[in-house]
Amino acid sequence: MSEHSGKVCPQSRPGTEPYWQACKRHEFLIQQCKECGNHQFYPRIICTSCSSRAVNWIPASGRGTVLTWTVVRRAVSNAYAAEVPYVIALIKLQEGPVLMSIVRGCEPESIHAGMTVEVSFEEWSDQVSMPVFVTTSG
Amino acid sequence: MSSLRGKTAIVGMADTKVGKLPHIGATELCVEAAMLALEDAGISKDQVDGLVTCHSMTEPHMYHAEAVAEYMQIFPRYCVTANAGGGTTFSVLQNAAAAIATGICKTIVISMADCLRTGLTRDQAMALQSSTGHPQFEIPYGPTVPAFYALIARAHMEQYGTTPEQMAAVAVNGRNYAAMNPRAQMRDPITIEDVLASRMIADPLHLLDCSLVSDGGAAVVLTSAEQAKDFPTDPVYLLGFGEGHGHEHISQARSLTTSAAVESGRRAFRMAGMGPGDISVAQIYDCFTPVLLIELEDLGFCSKGEAGAFVAAGETALTGSLPMNTNGGLLSYCHPGNPGSMFGLTEAVAQLRGDSGERQVSNAETALVHGQGGIMSSHATVILGQEQVL
Repeated sequence: MSEHSGKVCPQSRPGTEPYWQACKRHEFLIQQCKECGNHQFYPRIICTSCSSRAVNWIPASGRGTVLTWTVVRRAVSNAYAAEVPYVIALIKLQEGPVLMSIVRGCEPESIHAGMTVEVSFEEWSDQVSMPVFVTTSG
Repeated sequence: MSSLRGKTAIVGMADTKVGKLPHIGATELCVEAAMLALEDAGISKDQVDGLVTCHSMTEPHMYHAEAVAEYMQIFPRYCVTANAGGGTTFSVLQNAAAAIATGICKTIVISMADCLRTGLTRDQAMALQSSTGHPQFEIPYGPTVPAFYALIARAHMEQYGTTPEQMAAVAVNGRNYAAMNPRAQMRDPITIEDVLASRMIADPLHLLDCSLVSDGGAAVVLTSAEQAKDFPTDPVYLLGFGEGHGHEHISQARSLTTSAAVESGRRAFRMAGMGPGDISVAQIYDCFTPVLLIELEDLGFCSKGEAGAFVAAGETALTGSLPMNTNGGLLSYCHPGNPGSMFGLTEAVAQLRGDSGERQVSNAETALVHGQGGIMSSHATVILGQEQVL
């Protein structure tokens, strides 16, 4: 756990607490609209597609593809310096929504658009399990 | 309400010194810019009844514009602090013009300054960078500001085949103009090879693909078109405004390679009754080299995917079809953060007055200024012109 000390740990808010609690259980949740079926991330009180308030938490596949990526060679702060170079990517989930994450488990030079990745969890503190993505063989 | 086209004019403008200014703070620099612009307009501070500033990272005030008014001992009836990041601070120009056109006030100073180069400790600079992004869903992963823009650059490369050499040509364009600008922070000539050989910060962005970190300030004096004729300077008229707001966080962008500059540009051109072909000179926000390519395309100066070749072919040089960022831009003139887009505005005014010296664009009658804030989030476009294009 010590390798994550000093990093910016997410502080859950009332609207996002179910998401972070699920991460703690190593479950990856997104939202789906009960009315129109739209999937969305990050969590909101309305459906961004049809404005319904009937948005439900659902377990997501946790799989997606890399849309775009960068290799950070100069860390944002000392707490991240040990991980340089690290890959930051935008990932399109199988369900449709796009999110930002770090991609582990590959040489930075080998990453490419369309690469398939899946969620994994890291224990960043007693309170926070952080979702990250790792490359898959498939 | 009728269009704001031609209702207001810039009658005074100034840049402070830029670069490293360790002996002056951001509040003083903001006042200095305002006083220089008023001097240029030939009026005293007591003739100002509107003040617009932007937030300072190094000397924050909860009520910034009010603090500057108090410092200057002026008592405006219109007092606004712009709050929308480096590129959109001058979108307040549209609000200021509307305030004048509707009679809320008569003469507004817009003054913006900050001291990011000498005014931040290393820890403050780190904290500043760590504060960009979504606090729960982006920042924890450790992205840097260049990394956010690198995501956009990579997406443009993937979709359109844009090359690092073409992005580097944007940096070279800025430096070529800065070499002709005695006030610019970075004036040593650079080549595409120099950009590509500079340190990789966040692939594919090299150090020289990134804009400067500067101290500096700039200000303009805005008044009605009728009143503008009473000032000693040649008025520069505001012909078109447009804004477009696409997202705040890059992970939520509708598109990574097409921005809300499409909307802001279309709105500004429509108000001005002009198109891209009518623009003599452009000042387009260049915080990172790929940003400028996307904006050139979205504003309609190039088709999608063609801006890289456009810049690499020299079309944005003084001898090209669209001289662009003629003061050196954020890449080579200066970039003090929130005030960033003000310098494009003052350079546009200088060009339309014929005051740009060695880098003057011949027969410049119209200018486009474009800024963006956030991570390609909020866009603002302004079109200006001389009296004969009213």
